[in-house]
Amino acid sequence: MLCQECGKRPATLHYTKIVNGEKTEFHLCEVCAQEKGEQIPMMENGFSIHQLLSGLLNFDAPYGEGGQAKQSVQSGSLRCPTCGLTYTQFSKIGRLGCSDCYQAFGERLIPLFRRVHGSTSHRGKVPERTGGRLKIRREIEQLKEQLKQCVAREAFEEAARLRDRIRALQRKLEG
Amino acid sequence: MLSLQRFIQSAMSEWMRGGGPQSDIVISSRVRIARNLAGLPFPMLATASQSEEVVRRIEEAFQEEKEQPYFRDAELIRMDTLNDLQKRVLVEKHLISPHLAEESRHGAVILSGNEAVSIMINEEDHLRIQCLFPGFQLKQAWQLADHIDDTLEHHLSYAFDEHCGFLTSCPTNVGTAIRASVMLHLPALAMTQQLNRLFQAIAQVGLAVRGIYGEGSEALGNLYQVSNQVTLGQKEEEIIDNLVSVVGQIIDQEQSARRRLLESSPIQLEDRVHRSYGILAHARVMDSKEAMHRLSDVRLGIDLGLIKGVSATVLNELMVMTQPGFLQQYAGQRLDSGERDIRRAVLIRERLAIEHNDEN
Repeated sequence: MLCQECGKRPATLHYTKIVNGEKTEFHLCEVCAQEKGEQIPMMENGFSIHQLLSGLLNFDAPYGEGGQAKQSVQSGSLRCPTCGLTYTQFSKIGRLGCSDCYQAFGERLIPLFRRVHGSTSHRGKVPERTGGRLKIRREIEQLKEQLKQCVAREAFEEAARLRDRIRALQRKLEG
Repeated sequence: MLSLQRFIQSAMSEWMRGGGPQSDIVISSRVRIARNLAGLPFPMLATASQSEEVVRRIEEAFQEEKEQPYFRDAELIRMDTLNDLQKRVLVEKHLISPHLAEESRHGAVILSGNEAVSIMINEEDHLRIQCLFPGFQLKQAWQLADHIDDTLEHHLSYAFDEHCGFLTSCPTNVGTAIRASVMLHLPALAMTQQLNRLFQAIAQVGLAVRGIYGEGSEALGNLYQVSNQVTLGQKEEEIIDNLVSVVGQIIDQEQSARRRLLESSPIQLEDRVHRSYGILAHARVMDSKEAMHRLSDVRLGIDLGLIKGVSATVLNELMVMTQPGFLQQYAGQRLDSGERDIRRAVLIRERLAIEHNDEN
């Protein structure tokens, strides 16, 4: 069954709204349900559709009142250009839609990183294929460290080899 | 119906057979690495064809590396080829997450023959590499997961950012995207009411702790999982080392609590573990809550040398095999909860009897 709003995505959320004894059935996909969220009244147990979805996604929003309250008009219109997820949707679901969301919501994610991880910069593994310049920069740092040790040990031949490798990598970075 | 021994042989993962270093307290060690493929939306927003593309690319990488020892006898299983019961058993064995079993679209898993490696596809992230070892072998689990990650990365381009590290659907996993955890059996700390104090201390060093089975603060069978919460800003090895050292301290505390119990009230302790053993060996109806509680007692009895003639691995097995999915798989049919309680009692009695005959 397709979503009755967009007609493109499969409907994953089915519910019935009863207004003045009149039943209306809804069959929506997750994204349209999020969009319509504003127009759906609170459910009987005080859950809005957003909270219901967050529940489906098994997520306890780590945003305190501060995070929720900060959703000004501005953040409401903040949207990832690649996957279309809005910041408002993200703050309800707690999941990002694609890797470009990190770019799109960059500034707003930083306080979250601080709160959860106490840090905002990666110090772990770097992948070969997509790690790019970072991989090279880290390798240069390591080689420089080794170079220092070689000079201290007066292992000059090895030091010369290391120096050449460092230069080659630096050219690669600049080129 | 399969004979129980044959069923056990076919149903046990390596980690459930127990053993491994410090296995009297540490049941298992697990490391999970999350990765996403560059240029495709995360599973939550991926279209059917994009999700299919993810499976295709990962399957290709897996086939290319089929000669790796951990992939040689591994197979890729799509979730839509399994029935609910089969999926449930995989969840009970900790090989896939409930999310992959119930909510994923185009979900799949690559399982190694010994089930030490399971790679979930289209879970919350495109790729979740998990290594699960018996006993306290966190470093070994990390080394293997790290190696598998490198191997797959020869063929796949990962979503990565210089500042944020590996990009994940949930920002709480970003950076190294690793979650390392150990499953601990802590009966003596529970009996001596020391767990709350301990858990508060654990939370202060950036680790999380939760019961494995059961709801909220009540952990069935005194089984707890301790894991890292921080994934960004530390190196993978630092995260692992930190967890290893904290778990080392927990093990020391549990051991000294066990010693104190033995010294202060030996006969009461002996009575307690033997009562539980008697009930397991003879009961005709056994719900899962009671089963976990009794198995925990007996395990403690074995570890302290109070109960002879039963191996601790039997308890490991039974803790998993008395879960609902497993019982139904062994019975070869669906069972309601009343039937399950009867079957559970039978299974435990039979298993302990086999054990007893092997000993004599």
